[in-house]
Formats: sequence, structure tokens, C-alpha cells
Amino acid sequence: MPEGPAPAPVIQRLRVRYAKRGRLRFTSHRDISRAVERAVRRAGIPVAFSAGFTPHPKISYTGAAATGVASEAEYLEIGLTETRDPARVRADLDAALPDGLDIVDVVAAGQAKTSALADRLEASEWRVRLDGVRETDAAGAVAAFLDAPTIEVERLTKKGRRRFDVRAAVSALEVETLAPEPDRRAAEAADVPCAILRMVVRHTTPAVRPDDILTGLRQVADPAPPSPPLVTRLAQGPLDAVTGELADPLELDRGTRPGRETVPPSGDDAVTARGPAPTQSDPAAGADVAGARS
Amino acid sequence: MPVESIFPRLEPVLPRVQKPIQYVGGELNSQIKDWDEAEVRWALMYPDAYEVGLPNQGVQILYEILNEREGVLAERTYSVWPDLEAIMREQRIPQFTVDAHRPVAAFDVLGVSFSTELGYTNLLTALDLAGIPLEAADRGEDHPIVLAGGHAAFNPEPIADFLDAAVLGDGEEIALAITEVIREWKAEGRPGGRDELLMRLARSGGVYVPKFFDVTYLPDGRIQRVAPNRPGVPWRVDKHTVMDLDQWPYPKKPLVPLAETVHERFSVEIFRGCTRGCRFCQAGMITRPVRERSITTIGDMVDTGLKESGFQEVGLLSLSSADHSEIGDVAKGLADRYEGTNTSLSLPSTRVDAFNITLANEFSRGGRRSGLTFAPEGGSERMRKVINKMVTEDDLIRTVTTAYENGWRQVKLYFMCGLPTEEDEDVLAIADMAKRVIQAGRDATGRRDIRCTVSIGGFVPKPHTPFQWAAQCDHETVDRRLRALRDALRRDKEYGRSIGLRYHDGQPSIVEGLLSRGDRRVGRIIRAVWEDGGRFDGWSEHFSYERWTACADKALAGEPVDLDWYTVRERDEVEVLPWDHLDAGLDREWLWQDWQDAVDETEVEDCRWTPCYDCGVCPTMGTEIQIGPTGRKLLPLSVV
Repeated sequence: MPEGPAPAPVIQRLRVRYAKRGRLRFTSHRDISRAVERAVRRAGIPVAFSAGFTPHPKISYTGAAATGVASEAEYLEIGLTETRDPARVRADLDAALPDGLDIVDVVAAGQAKTSALADRLEASEWRVRLDGVRETDAAGAVAAFLDAPTIEVERLTKKGRRRFDVRAAVSALEVETLAPEPDRRAAEAADVPCAILRMVVRHTTPAVRPDDILTGLRQVADPAPPSPPLVTRLAQGPLDAVTGELADPLELDRGTRPGRETVPPSGDDAVTARGPAPTQSDPAAGADVAGARS
Repeated sequence: MPVESIFPRLEPVLPRVQKPIQYVGGELNSQIKDWDEAEVRWALMYPDAYEVGLPNQGVQILYEILNEREGVLAERTYSVWPDLEAIMREQRIPQFTVDAHRPVAAFDVLGVSFSTELGYTNLLTALDLAGIPLEAADRGEDHPIVLAGGHAAFNPEPIADFLDAAVLGDGEEIALAITEVIREWKAEGRPGGRDELLMRLARSGGVYVPKFFDVTYLPDGRIQRVAPNRPGVPWRVDKHTVMDLDQWPYPKKPLVPLAETVHERFSVEIFRGCTRGCRFCQAGMITRPVRERSITTIGDMVDTGLKESGFQEVGLLSLSSADHSEIGDVAKGLADRYEGTNTSLSLPSTRVDAFNITLANEFSRGGRRSGLTFAPEGGSERMRKVINKMVTEDDLIRTVTTAYENGWRQVKLYFMCGLPTEEDEDVLAIADMAKRVIQAGRDATGRRDIRCTVSIGGFVPKPHTPFQWAAQCDHETVDRRLRALRDALRRDKEYGRSIGLRYHDGQPSIVEGLLSRGDRRVGRIIRAVWEDGGRFDGWSEHFSYERWTACADKALAGEPVDLDWYTVRERDEVEVLPWDHLDAGLDREWLWQDWQDAVDETEVEDCRWTPCYDCGVCPTMGTEIQIGPTGRKLLPLSVV
């Protein structure tokens, strides 16, 4: 077997926030990794490869949203063999990906002493649309949920059927009663009630998913959504213990450009220095646009 | 008339089905054209699951060629899995295209590409879900023309009742020609309705319209005659042959799926046709003559295809890829060009004798080393003479020795079981060959970790081949021989553990044989099987032999023919075969002579390098062999 030269080393690590929107929420984690690998090649991004018999591009993913779940805040890291301008990579990679897999943000990983990206993703903010559920019923269920000290649910995991508490992982849970938005208007126009939940859930082991929380809600009340709910991850990041808000996990890297001191952000910094405010994005509108296109 | 997307109805049910991504479309390089601006609209179907159908070259080529034309729109549809089928029935969601999720029934043409006969029941599922009557006779003015193509369409008789039309051979030009006929007919206000359109298609002799032919039978069940039943319909229907593949460099923009599919690579067809003359090989017989794509076009297509797709692997497709007159230069040129880019090259079909280790080494320079597969097809020298696979055991041993010396530790060998004149010892000879292969590897390397995998498929006699008259081997015999081979390998202490054996049981081959050489009466069986729940017959977990035999018994009750009559019965020279009116260009007398030569173990040389042996294709079809060398080389690409 001919021995090739050692693969080129990683010179730069890029941290990428991407969204999966509309019909592309049905991509699985494996589908996404194949699509990203191909987009990286199409975009001519100098990705590093692992050594060995079957070299793999150095792209790593943090806990991906499940198949069928939309997301505005998924993260991956790419190792490059040459330095590239993150803004340029953002544009090129986005252009090379299918519509619906969209690159939101790219930063160069901080040089030293910054924590691993995965460690910063302490919690997720989720938005769950429950068609057929009245807001008042949802509010009652949420109140009962928040009042309970623990709520045990059962789920089939890779290790078999497990029973675990979902209450402790929930840092925030509320029914959104903001101005009507496109999807709610559509549901109401069709004379179907629709409740929207917003929740912030800590990343724990076993992972507590929005589905588990809905199971928990069903145990304390009965909002019984008739169809699978539309779930969107709005944000991931460090969880501020005081405000209960999520910070931008890439902010730490933005603060460590070469030549600048690494400043560990205080809690205040973390909150005020949010990047593109996740709640401003409108994943539901994105889904509708994609749906209407077909 | 506006045609609405069914996606808003599909989307809510997708979380309930397996691999929903396969139904949402949105592949890179897929296109959605304006419905109302299109004059002619094609729904292209590959009648198997998305993961199998998406990579299909034929569909991708037609999709691109049709969509390139102004006023023409093409979208794709695939078989839905039974879980979604059940929901679609319950919620009345029709068969849809994955591009714009338009209902298939709204298109002008439903073009279905059959690589294998085992997709026939899936055709019925799609028609039924689409709301298109299963039988062509029941269709009205507004239903699409259901058109079959692909290799199985060289005998479409078993599905004749379900088809409006079929085309034989290369699809590029005929798809456009059909489009023009439909465009004109629609522009004229659809004169004469559906029949007139079919008549316009049939008149040329290039489109087969089954209902314009009557089949009559003899009392013993054999066909008496197949004849046109109205004036103006030619007695024979010709296959289509694209000359000068360089003029048709498709796919240019390969579809890149999000879902996982069976082939994750960009494929370039480096030549079409094969004249090696393997007697079992329908593809080799019906795609003649050999037409090479030039080295420079191949180079350009690989360049464009990789840029457009981002694939990491290039497959150089053909029926026998190492036979391209400039394969060495192609391989070296591509390996040079993609050195250091982690792009791998593969040759999916390689003959043992044509294999050359320099080629394989070039192909593994890209970083990944794919496995080596050879297809001696027959275990004994005698068997290989019968099937005209002119490879000696010494050739094979020489080739694998070089491969092992060059670092490969494993080779794969393909064989068939149930070939005409086969005896038990011909199959047992596979074990001897595999042992020799292992020993050669051990001798060449001094190592013990040498492996060889033997894959065996059941032989199915196919129309338009010299074996079209042969008796198919019954499945009990095939299974017995395979078991004997397995036992022989297991018993062997010295080599047994170094040899892997893969085979399927013989029953599915019998059904494939029924569908391959069947006539119009077989359509009743297909329909009965489908009504009984038959789906995805190419998938072992869905296939039911019992269902097929029970339905065959029922559907053929009162007929002088049965399942055995269609499969394990040898035909004589004068019998009218169901596909005799469909012309692949092969001279019937030549095929018969080649069948006699097979029985006599007489071999025939490849006409590319030896004088013409008069198979008939070139003069009948007005075609000719197109091979290099061109003498050109692949230039390194300039850096953009």
C-alpha cells in the first residue's frame, strides 16, 4: 500500500452557525453532513482531511436537531489548511448549499484558552407550534408543568426504555402571546386554534427534547396536539443563570481576534453582546415561504 | 389550468414516515419550471425507492435534456414506501413529483424507466395513487400518456395492457421527438384525441403502441402472430441509437440528493454498447454498437460534474470500462488532475483480461482505494465457453496475483448460477477457482490475511440474447448447487475461512424470468400480485414467491400455459417470441446460430478488433462502431 504524504495540518478553525429551514428540516444529521461536505468542495474551501486509508474532511458537528425539527441555530466546526476570511466563507458556503440549509454566521475560532464550542452550548431555546390547541389550554398546562417539582417521562433511548425527570432541565417555558404571526394567522384563518410554546431547556443527559416536554405537559394536563408539532430550535448557547437568557456562543471567538486580549465575558457582556438576536429571525415564516414555493 | 402543489397536504404527514427527506425534493441542480409556460410536461419516474432511483443516469439525462428546452418541463417521481402509500390512500394524496409536488396525473406524459422487470408492480402503485386507470384502455383524453423505456422495455409485453407506449434504446433523441409530436398535437387543439396522438407516435416506427398490435395464440399456448391492427402502423418497431455521444454530454448538472442514495458519486458514461458478446448479457446485445465518448469530452464532463455537484468520487461507467480505447490516458489524465484533492475514481465494470494494474494504481492515487471486482461469471472453463466469457483461469490468476502484489488484500468475484448446460461440477468449480485465487495471493505476498468474496447471482434468460430460447434453470436446482458450493467451501480447512460467499436463493430469479420473457397474458399475473399487496419486488423483504406462484396459478387458470411454461421451458427456432416485432437490430438467425454455438462451446471474438460477425445491428439500424483512439490527451485544468 503506497504511503502518501501526511495530510496538511489545520491552520484555521471556523465555527459555523447554520439553519435548517422549511422542508429541509426533514434532513437527518447524516444528510446534513453529506450536504456540507459537498458544499465545502463546491465552494472550494480548503478543508483539512484526516490521515489514513479513508481520509475524512475535518468537519465536526455539535448535537444536531432531530430529523423533522427546524433550527435557526445549529453549529459545526471546519478545520482549514489555509486561512480564509470568515465572511467570505459564509457567503460561499451558503451559496453552495441547497436552499433551506443556510449559513447564518461564521467566525474564526479563538486562538487560545477559549472553551470548546460544544461546552458553550449549555441550553437550547425552542419554539413549538401546536396546531389544534387553544392558547388558554396550553397556558393551563404550562402553569401546571411549572408548578410540579418533578415530571418523569419515559422514552425509548439507544440504551432501551428510560425514565427520567424533564422538569429540572426546563429553565423557561411559556405560551407566546405576541402579535399574530404568519403561521398562526394561517391556522386561525383555517379556524384551527393554535398555541405556540417557547421554552429554554438545558442540555442534560439523557437529553431532554421538546417532545419529552410535550409528553410531560400531557401528563400534567391535556393539550393533546392532533398532529406532530412543528418544533424549531431558535438558539443555543451559554445559559445566563440570572436572566435565563441564552448568549451567542460564538461571541467568545469574536472577542479573540489575533492581537487582542482574551476577555472572559461577564454575565452582562454575554447578554448584551448577543449576535443576531435569535428571536428576531422568523423560522416559521421561512417554513411557510418554502412550503408555498412548492 | 393552474396545478397546485400537494406539499401543504404532504408536509404534516411526513413526520410519520421513514426517511421523509426522500419526498421533499430540493436537490442541488433540480429545477422547477413555470407550469403555465410549458407546452409539454413530462413526469419522469424511476419505479423504485428514491434511494435507488435518484442516481439513475437515464432519468437524470432526460430530466436535464427536457428541461433545457423552451416550453418543456420535466419533473421526477419515485415509488413511495408502503408506509407513505398507506397515508396517501387514507388522506387521498395523489402520486406527486418531488420537484414541485405536482400531481402526476396533471402531466402530458408519465415516462417510466425500467432497468428491471421487478419494478412492474410499482408502476401499478404509482398509476393507482395518481388516479390514472391501470389499463390503458380505460384512460381518457386528459390522462397522461404512460410511456415505458429502459432495458426492460425491449419486451414490454407483460405490461402492455398498462402502457400507452414504449420506446426501445437510447432516450435522448426520441424523448425530444415525442415532445415535438405532443407539442404539435396540442397546438392543433388535440385533433382526434388520444388515439390520434398515439397514432402519430406509432406511425414513425419509433414508438411502440401495444394497443395497435393484436396478439393471437395457437391452441398449445404459443403465440401465433403479432400484427398491427390498423393501417399505417409499421410491423416492426425500431430501437433508437444515439450516434456521437460527444454531442450529448449529459448529465452536465448532476442531481445531488440530500438523502442517502445507493451511488454517491458523479458518473460519466465513457462509452455505450458492448460487443464482447457475453451471451447472457442483454445490455451488451441491445445497446450495440460500441460508441465511445472521446477522452476530451470525458475530461470536460468530469470537470463540470464535480464542480456542479461537490461529489468526491467519479465513476467511469460503461458495460466494460477498461475496454475504452484510451482508458489508460483517461485514468492517468484524471489521476494527475485530481492528485491531492481526495477525489477518487472508480471503474464499476472491469473485465478480468482487460484489467491492468497500472490502471488500478492510477485510480487509487486519489486517496481512496476501492475494491477490485472481477466477473468470470462461470466457474469452469467449459461454462465460460458456453457464455462466451473469454477469460481463462490463468488470466484471472495472473491478474489477481498482480493485484495482491500491488497491495490489495481482497478481491471480489462475480459468478452466475443456473446457466444453460450447467452441471453441478461447473458450480463447484467456483470453489476451486476461489481457492486458487487465495493461494495466489498468499504466494504473492507471503501473508495469510488474503481474502476473496464470491458473489453469485441466478441466471435469468433475457429477450434479444442468444439465450432467449434457453430453459431457465429451476430454483430447486439453483439452490441445491449453491448449497453444495457453500458446503464445499465450509469444509475446506485451508482456504474456507478466507473465502466469503454471497448468494440469493433461486426463487426471485424465476419471477424475474417470468416477467422478462412473458407475453401479454403475464399482465394478469402482475395485476393480481399487485392487488394482493405486491410491492417492491426487487427487495427481498417485500418479495413473496408464494404470492407470485399463487397469483400465476389463478390468473392463468384455463390457459394452456403456466409459470413453468414461461420459465423452465426451452423454445425452438420457429416459435414466435413475444418480442419478435420489437427490433433491437440483432439478426434473429445470428442469435439462433450464437445459441447453437453456445451449446457447442464455440466462442465468438469481439467485432471491435476482429472482422464483423454479422450480428446485424449496424446495417439494420444504420449505425456504426465509433471507437478511438483519438490521440488526444487530457490537459491539466487551469486554476480559476
